[in-house]
Amino acid sequence: MVRRPAAVLAATLGLVMIAGGVAAQSPAPSAAPLPDLTGRTLTIYSGRSEELVGPLFERFTAETGAQVEVRYGESAELASLLLEEGDRSPADLFFAQDAGALGAVAAAGLFAPLDGPTIAVVPAAYRATDGTWTGITGRVRVLAYSTERVTPEELPGTIVAFTDPTWKGRIGWVPTNASFQAFVTELRLVLGDDAARAWLEGILANEPVVYEGNTQAVEGIAAGEVDVAFVNHYYAIRLADEAGGEYPVANHFFDAADPGTLVNVAGAGIPASADDADVAGAFVAWLLRPEIQAWFVGAESEYPLVAGIPADPRLPAIETIRSPLDDLGRLADLAGTIALLQEVGALD
Amino acid sequence: MTVRTAAFRHRVRRSAPRPPLPLLAVAAGVAVIALLPLAVLALRALEGEARTLDLLLRPRTLELVLSTAILGAGTAAVAVLLGVPLAWCTVRTDLPGRRLWAILAIAPLAVPSYLLAYAFIASFGPRGWVADLLAPIGVTSVPFLEGSLGTIVVMGLATTPFVVLATGAALRRVDAATEEVARSLGDPPLAALRTAVLPPLVPAIGAGALLAALYAISDFGAPTILRYDSLARAIYTQVRSAFDRAGASALALLLVAIALVLLWAEGRARDRSALRQPREVRRRPAPVPLGRWRIPALALCSVVALLSLGTPILTVAVWLGRGLGAGTELRLDLAPLGDSLTLAVGAALVATTAALPLAWLIGRYPGRAAALAERLAWLVEAMPGISFALAVVALTLNLVPMLYQSLAALVFAVALRFLIQPVGALRSPILQIGPHLGEAARSLGDGRIDVIRRILLPLLRPGILAGAALVFLGALKELPLTLLVAPTGFTTLATELWDSAREGFYAQAAIPAALLLAVSLASLALLVREQEAAR
Repeated sequence: MVRRPAAVLAATLGLVMIAGGVAAQSPAPSAAPLPDLTGRTLTIYSGRSEELVGPLFERFTAETGAQVEVRYGESAELASLLLEEGDRSPADLFFAQDAGALGAVAAAGLFAPLDGPTIAVVPAAYRATDGTWTGITGRVRVLAYSTERVTPEELPGTIVAFTDPTWKGRIGWVPTNASFQAFVTELRLVLGDDAARAWLEGILANEPVVYEGNTQAVEGIAAGEVDVAFVNHYYAIRLADEAGGEYPVANHFFDAADPGTLVNVAGAGIPASADDADVAGAFVAWLLRPEIQAWFVGAESEYPLVAGIPADPRLPAIETIRSPLDDLGRLADLAGTIALLQEVGALD
Repeated sequence: MTVRTAAFRHRVRRSAPRPPLPLLAVAAGVAVIALLPLAVLALRALEGEARTLDLLLRPRTLELVLSTAILGAGTAAVAVLLGVPLAWCTVRTDLPGRRLWAILAIAPLAVPSYLLAYAFIASFGPRGWVADLLAPIGVTSVPFLEGSLGTIVVMGLATTPFVVLATGAALRRVDAATEEVARSLGDPPLAALRTAVLPPLVPAIGAGALLAALYAISDFGAPTILRYDSLARAIYTQVRSAFDRAGASALALLLVAIALVLLWAEGRARDRSALRQPREVRRRPAPVPLGRWRIPALALCSVVALLSLGTPILTVAVWLGRGLGAGTELRLDLAPLGDSLTLAVGAALVATTAALPLAWLIGRYPGRAAALAERLAWLVEAMPGISFALAVVALTLNLVPMLYQSLAALVFAVALRFLIQPVGALRSPILQIGPHLGEAARSLGDGRIDVIRRILLPLLRPGILAGAALVFLGALKELPLTLLVAPTGFTTLATELWDSAREGFYAQAAIPAALLLAVSLASLALLVREQEAAR
């Protein structure tokens, strides 16, 4: 198989492109002055964990003087809260873990449009078509594999190939995970429900090991329980960092436009009812500043969405990763995915 | 109609005078407040129209109802099988270290069900530390209960204390004569247990089992972590992935309907045994010597304590140890402890205060009004957390927008959520008070306030403390209301624990988990000391 060298090539090319990009168009926005927001208050509903983004909010206060009040919760629950509150929400900003939650709030007409020029730095694929929310960072679906028991040459470029019996007993997956479910939604949209069902049944026939989380699945590869697992890109990197660099698990990226490839985003939108939409807008602009995008890379190994900001050196550039979907809003039909997963017995 | 129920009805009619108006007003107030979230659910469900009807009528809904009923019944069965012997051993026998075992038997109340579920996976799971520990001596696989059975065991362990508390309280009221008569007739201790001791305990066991079943069917955390397909979990899925509040509300009403069936069943069991309820204890029986049963009794107590308390404590310790070993920088933030205590103490005060008149009405003036108010309070307990929280959001915004996301609204909502627990804890001590006690005191010249202060409060003290403790512990563990209704920036130990654990930062989760366990265990130790002192 020649797919893996292709990925390596892509990664190398990406790095070259980034290096070139950095040299050619030095990210000017970093020079933009920080706004003075002393005395202003920003109320954020954060679907992203305090453990991850708490330090970021503190940094915003330190740099701009704005007070930040945060309500942490699951993205979907906070979206439900926003739907329940309607135009009486105290929130100035919704910072969500995934596009689905943002899409649900946008569909109810509760977001005000974001400032066009501000979000223009984000590729159109990673923000709402009507401009009501924007992605801030990206997460890519990958195959994590054991570097001890699998050679890169063995790895197919398409996720469809894992229904092959050679993978029997070697696959780990997390059917309860929201990112996995988003991938299955994509599979349904790209290949149709019947092919998606056939794929799920094929994987089930290969007796996959069910994990309760992505971290556990990657740890399962390291422990020798399975050889590969369908997860997000940052778990192998985080665990490698925790282990001090040497870790027997690596990421394999599927081919461009393969249904196994999905770039989902964490993003933000501003409710139309925000008390201080200006400070919320300033916060969105601040999240897209080069140094903050770089912070997301360093702290969480997530993909920056602003062009010219290099991703983690162990990852291919986001420009080389192409999801078969052009509109993340189409991932909204999770209910159909859950029903399908239950129907085939992947979810009980 | 059987003769027994006819006699019961007759008795109720004669011994139930018309309740005073203030009591009725309080009961009506509680009933209305408890009805409001149900009304919100009904309105939401209607919004979905045909789609909601489709959701309710699909075959999977029936499967969910069945699996939920199995979870409720299974949990109640485990809780009764473990809880009744534990209560008997720790209240009525000469078990060595009885007082410590009494604390340990109710200590699982300190452990949130989601933490217990995490702990079970982290301990007995295929990659758990028990497996790690045993690997060097050649044990490669540890028996791990997954899915249905595992969830029922975990929920049973988590809810055993409800049965222990209710049964223990009833055992303390058993009159010595009852047992002695049974034994003097030549019955061995076990037979005496069956013929004389158990029957009057049925209402208490039933109430504990009901609480266990309602807790299990409305809980979302443990079934999700252990992958049990219950209605509560489907409701969360509906809210989370389909953003379908109408569908979620319809399923929540279905859950409430299941709760109604359970309440009806428990009510029947209570009616049947109402005639056998002891009223006043004349003489406390001597502790039963366990003899050769001492070892099995100790084994039971320690196995239950190890599973329900030992696993979470060891798991938290392992998280902490691994984190420290990996050089994770741990932050000790005391603000969540303060917020937790504010919420728990506030909710305990409000709930106990509201429960007193309600329990008085139920205990002294049983009738339709009392039964209705009590059932509605039970139904609030049975609502899934997310549905109740979203209903509270809608109610606060529409009725008292000034209080939206205020501490007061949070405290009242949490108090309402757990109101039935102090009502249950107070019912027995109120039944114990003879109807003429107050009259006698007043005839001796005591004023109304004096009667309350000098006679009633001391008698009710154990019930008040037990009820307050239950609300306090429930509020400490509470998640959905705190996340959605609390003032922005209000963080409790439970929300900190959840925030860290959901991202896999187990080392950081260990600190709020340890503090939560410590505060809860300390309050339980105080409670047991009070109860023992009251003997």
